[in-house]
Amino acid sequence: MSENPAPEGRLSAAQAGRASRPRNARNWATKVDRLSVDSGGGLNVAGRRLTGPVQGFGRMWRKTYWIELSPDISPSAVIATWKGHFGEFWPKASRFKGPLTSLSPGDVALLDVSVGGGVRLSTGVFVLYADEESFTLMTPQGHMFAGWITFSAERSGSVTRVQTQVLMRANDPLYELAMACGGHHKEDQFWVQTMTALAQRLSAAPAVVQARTVCVDRRRQWGNAGQVWHNSMVRTVVHSVASALARKRQPAPRPR
Amino acid sequence: MDKSTAGMEVRMADSLSSVIDIRGDVTAASEPALMAAYEEASRQGARRLVLNFSGLEYMNSGGIGMLVTLLVRANRKHQPLAAYGLSDHYREIFELTRLDEAIGIYDDELSALAG
Repeated sequence: MSENPAPEGRLSAAQAGRASRPRNARNWATKVDRLSVDSGGGLNVAGRRLTGPVQGFGRMWRKTYWIELSPDISPSAVIATWKGHFGEFWPKASRFKGPLTSLSPGDVALLDVSVGGGVRLSTGVFVLYADEESFTLMTPQGHMFAGWITFSAERSGSVTRVQTQVLMRANDPLYELAMACGGHHKEDQFWVQTMTALAQRLSAAPAVVQARTVCVDRRRQWGNAGQVWHNSMVRTVVHSVASALARKRQPAPRPR
Repeated sequence: MDKSTAGMEVRMADSLSSVIDIRGDVTAASEPALMAAYEEASRQGARRLVLNFSGLEYMNSGGIGMLVTLLVRANRKHQPLAAYGLSDHYREIFELTRLDEAIGIYDDELSALAG
């Protein structure tokens, strides 16, 4: 297709269309090639690339968890509370170190997640999108899964429906095995506990978390098996062992 | 649920390729309309699918997620997926989400059809 020439210094219609910004442009993060972390820490996050469900290794899953609240609670009030206190709703064994204020597009938050058996995973998430009624997190290389987690709230009939939806593939063969050996169940429990805590904050009435899991793609992407090199769980364990050994090797202080 | 305000129209561009013209606001609620358009294109015998985003006004992260579902379905049938008409903003979003690694992005329809 050809574009009509425009007078010098002015954009053609096609050029102007390409340059136009949609009304939700500020809700999207600006493009980054690799993640940077402002504060200290950031093991397995700083310098990592983002990964979506296209880049992962394992089967692709869409997991949806939802609760229904009173319509007196507006969707924007739900999302404002969720974005502003995100880590407070997590199960106690896991820590979320995000910005002090509400989550905003482009923010990077650090996670320290208990994965069972005394093993902890240091990783992070990137805020890809945030508006008044939803926000989406994207994971970096080495995270348990490559994908997006979208949190949203909307009016649905006579209720306010609050939802977490995870679109994911395990990032490498080790994680795929771990997910099959109880990881999926553990993740389900994680989001059920999180949404129960959110419901308790928002409403006096107890809420039942409902869940639906769909396998979107049964194929495994063996071309991405090499991503195991970035595996954050392995790296966290190696880092912890190396730190402990380094502390042990330090000479004991001399008695005075 | 939110109602979809997106319009999806299918047209055969040549004997092997179909173009889906996407207009309006694309969100997760647009999934039934997009999947119906995909089914129509497949019924017409499309071996290659081209998404025309020239009429796109707005897309949120739910819309991006829906494109992944379409991509999986197209891959299953070995139908390459291409796109054109993206504004600079949405082209950046495709790069940020790394969807551009699976969906070829082109400047215009002719290039998208040629692949």
